[in-house]
Amino acid sequence: MSVVPLIQKEDLVDIGHIDEVPRRGARCVTSGDLRIAIFRTQDDQFFALEDKCPHKAGPLSQGIVHDGCVTCPLHNWVISLKSGEAQGADEGATQTFNVQVRGNRLLLDTAELIS
Amino acid sequence: MQKQKLVIIGNGMAPGRMLEHLFERAPVTYEVTIFNAEPRVNYDRIMLSPVLSGEKAYEDIIIHGDGWYIDHGITLYKGHKVTEIDRENKTVTSDQGVTESFDKLVIATGSNPFIVPVPGHDLAGVLAYRDLDDVTAMMLAAQSREKAVVIGGGLLGLEAAAGLRERGMDVTVVHLMDTLMERQLDPSAGYLLQKELESRDIAVKTGANTKRIIGDKKVTGLELESGEVIDCSLVVMAVGIRPNVALAQDAELEVERGIVVDSAMRTSDTDILALGECAQVDGRVYGLVAPLYDMAQVAACTLTDDFSKPFKHQDTATKLKVTGIDLFSVGDFAEGDDRDEIVLRDANAGIYKRVILQDNKIIGTVLYGDTSDGAWFNDLKKKQTDISDMRESLIFGQAYQGGAAMDPMTAVAALPDDAEICGCNGICKSKIVGTITEKGLTTLDEVRAHTKASASCGTCTGLVEQLMALTLGEEFDADAGSSMCPCTDLGHGDVRRLIKAKELKSIPAVMQELEWKTSCGCAKCRPALNYYLVCDWPDVYADDYQSRFINERVHANIQKDGTYSVVPRMWGGVTSSKELRAIADVVDKFDIPTVKVTGGQRIDMLGIKKEDLPAVWADLGEAGFISGQAYAKGLRTVKTCVGTDWCRFGTQDSTGLGIKLEKFMWGSWTPAKLKMAVSGCPRNCAESTCKDIGIICVDSGFEIHFAGAAGLDIKGTEVLGMVPSENEALEHVVALAQMYREQGHYLERIYKWAKRVGLDEIRKQIMDDEERRQEYFDRFVFSQRYAQVDPWSERVSGKDKHEFKPMAALELEAAE
Ligand code: SRM
Ligand SMILES: Cc1cc2nc3c(=O)[nH]c(=O)nc-3n(C[C@H](O)[C@H](O)[C@H](O)COP(=O)(O)OP(=O)(O)OC[C@H]3O[C@@H](n4cnc5c(N)ncnc54)[C@H](O)[C@@H]3O)c2cc1C
Ligand code: SF4
Ligand code: FES
Repeated sequence: MSVVPLIQKEDLVDIGHIDEVPRRGARCVTSGDLRIAIFRTQDDQFFALEDKCPHKAGPLSQGIVHDGCVTCPLHNWVISLKSGEAQGADEGATQTFNVQVRGNRLLLDTAELIS
Repeated sequence: MQKQKLVIIGNGMAPGRMLEHLFERAPVTYEVTIFNAEPRVNYDRIMLSPVLSGEKAYEDIIIHGDGWYIDHGITLYKGHKVTEIDRENKTVTSDQGVTESFDKLVIATGSNPFIVPVPGHDLAGVLAYRDLDDVTAMMLAAQSREKAVVIGGGLLGLEAAAGLRERGMDVTVVHLMDTLMERQLDPSAGYLLQKELESRDIAVKTGANTKRIIGDKKVTGLELESGEVIDCSLVVMAVGIRPNVALAQDAELEVERGIVVDSAMRTSDTDILALGECAQVDGRVYGLVAPLYDMAQVAACTLTDDFSKPFKHQDTATKLKVTGIDLFSVGDFAEGDDRDEIVLRDANAGIYKRVILQDNKIIGTVLYGDTSDGAWFNDLKKKQTDISDMRESLIFGQAYQGGAAMDPMTAVAALPDDAEICGCNGICKSKIVGTITEKGLTTLDEVRAHTKASASCGTCTGLVEQLMALTLGEEFDADAGSSMCPCTDLGHGDVRRLIKAKELKSIPAVMQELEWKTSCGCAKCRPALNYYLVCDWPDVYADDYQSRFINERVHANIQKDGTYSVVPRMWGGVTSSKELRAIADVVDKFDIPTVKVTGGQRIDMLGIKKEDLPAVWADLGEAGFISGQAYAKGLRTVKTCVGTDWCRFGTQDSTGLGIKLEKFMWGSWTPAKLKMAVSGCPRNCAESTCKDIGIICVDSGFEIHFAGAAGLDIKGTEVLGMVPSENEALEHVVALAQMYREQGHYLERIYKWAKRVGLDEIRKQIMDDEERRQEYFDRFVFSQRYAQVDPWSERVSGKDKHEFKPMAALELEAAE
């Protein structure tokens, strides 16, 4: 695990190599009390969401990733990785963050973290 | 245009429905504020009984989740009780001091349960039955498994009694009148109902008046007028409801039994509407949702200045929501000189039907035991059809009209278009059929979502399914629910068969060959496929951890706060000072908050941070522990008793056999969890007769049991057969487990699988067919070669390292 200093002027922070996140899986990045889950889909898209289910704060990073969504491990809500919104009849949303791939590196946009 | 302010007092079923209609008609006219004395969103109150009995959870009965209020810009004050309506300044104020002004006000305060003011009515342990808090309190009380008395043998009282009985309490119903549900049932049907309840071990005392409730601070009993005393620790009063009119009274609105409203739901102040159980229209107040939903529709119209459809009274049919009891009643069934009746009784089948006629028209119906013609009788009654021509055969039901008996399908087909199918929501046949065709609906859930039919109390589900079958013909698959998940139309059985037949050896291969409809499955099908492949190709299939539920992925049980629990194996429940000392050290070292003895004869350490798991396992591993797989759809525990080692009754070495079985079978994955036990004699201290597989030792050998259940369902085991030696016991148990592994559907416990394939078939293959048994046994042993790897030590040595640590920690640095 690397400790990455966060400097205000620079919004994009390198958080690691893409292969540190398993396909159809997730890893977490912490910042103080905030946990951000970085998801990787089957087709290598990356998404970042707060690691907190809108239902009862379940850790989404621990869920099963499928078709652009993650199923929460606690009570099976299905959350869209793109919008953070609960799917189907459930209602609520989790905060999303912007994560980008440059080469083999993952860059997290920390503008929202600082503000 | 500026929005008008609409304030609603009460957030029950009636105003919830009103808002749905309102937003459909005029999405932007009003800015809505709701005050609700209950600290929660709008839920389906009529489904509280299934929650009490355990058939549903609170989450299942929510009508509008929090998001709905946000989407519609509604301010919902939860846990705010309105204490004052100021008509002059057009404001309302809550007990928490919030004041809101309104242009239009809707009062929907429902009813208060009536509490009989007998001495002792205010003791702890006396409850009403009205809201979720009452249900939670009853469920808590039921944990004591003590005795409960329900006062009131009406609809609510009997649902409460049945629910408490389901929860394991000893229940007595005390009813003032001579027969149960006398407002809905005639004495004959009431008698049948009483017999049915008594056969379920619910005691019923009719003609019984409560004198006082006994107890000092807490209830300990109840005394009847007759002097009889019934011991109990819980009293539920379900004797009736009173419209909740206090607020309206204080505000000097016109109030009689309920808040008086006109047929447009307006109170004596035209800017104030009332609806629901608190409202009185045309001299009547109501206590069932169907008329309240009509009120909701009318009120929504009134709020959008449409007065074209005034409220009209209609009789509502009553049903009792107790699983396995069919009763139906509608209209007037008192006897009278000007009335005629037709009665049918079938004592053997417990069926009673009675139709009450006046001038050759139906005015009331009571059905018990067979209610399939309820909708038809109700339709004849509503339309005031002259039944003279079919009088002879009327009571036999719709199927017998005009010649030969019809099957249920033809009967539904013959129902007129405007026959009411869903009483709660007032949905008629043509509406359901029309919506199915128009919107191309194919599943029950879709029909519920679009028409609301069968979405409230659910008793009409059968009829709705028949209508779907009629409308969709071939396309309708009543077992559609039994396809694995929405990603495929195939059921579990088909998928298992095809995996073998087509030799599919990876998840992508299954999805490709079996034409999955999604690119990478979902959280339902992926874990199932992963299991089937692990089971069928143990040597070549690479277990896909991303398709396992979190517990199986990290080999620990996730807890509600995201921490984990760790349960090491304690073979057969036997431990030693060395093991206990190692556990104690781990607990101290990692500051583990809770240590608990589980129901499975071993020790659970709870509240461990995910990052700490590998280190905890490393220490436990050093002391010789391996994972107890308390998280796995796989072999869990083998409970044992002390057997011949110590017990004066022990007939065989039950502890030893249990340990042998656990050591032989640990690590194997199964369709659902597999729990076993070995008891040393028929006294059965290891509780073998409620396990997935159990053994009872006797002098002459080992009696093998299987297919028990003691979780969501409770079921005693079935006997597989007797074998004389320990080795044979092991061989038979292992073969049985393998047969289940190969045939079970994912998440199907052994008792459900056994029910599906038949007990005799299993006995035949395992007890009688030696060759078969040997093959099963061999395949199990083969698969264990790959399965018996301790997942904890694997991870201690580095496997899946990434699972347990965050990939980066960002530190905020001070600016400049
Ligand atoms: C720890 C323990 C309770 C205790 O403190 O004693 C327990 C804890 C849980 N049980 Fe259990 N069950 C425990 C013994 C039982 C027993 C009794 C027994 O095994 O003798 C039963 C009834 C027998 C049975 O299995 O049917 C039992 C029936 C259930 C069920 C209902 C299963 C069913 O098919 O009916 C569930 C829910 C499920 O599996 O879907 C469940 C689910 C759970 C879960 C996994 C809930 C969850 O998904 O998080 C709990 C995990 C808590 C944890 O992290 O440890 N637990 N659970 C027991 C662990 C035993 C062990 O050593 O492995
Ligand atoms: C256990 C049970 C089973 C039932 N089964 C059936 C059935 O099978 N079929 C059927 O048709 N009906 C059934 N009913 C009846 C049905 O639930 C009610 O008729 C219906 O819920 C009434 O709706 P309502 O909106 O008028 O009032 P409610 O749903 O009672 O809502 C009133 C709400 O107003 C709140 N409130 C009261 N005063 C204030 C205040 N001053 N300020 C703010 N909020 C206030 C209350 O807290 C409550 O949440 C059942 C009822 C119960 C309790
Ligand atoms: S441990 Fe078992 S019984 Fe207890 S709350 Fe959890 S699932 Fe329910
Ligand atoms: S916390 Fe995510 S579904 Fe309940």
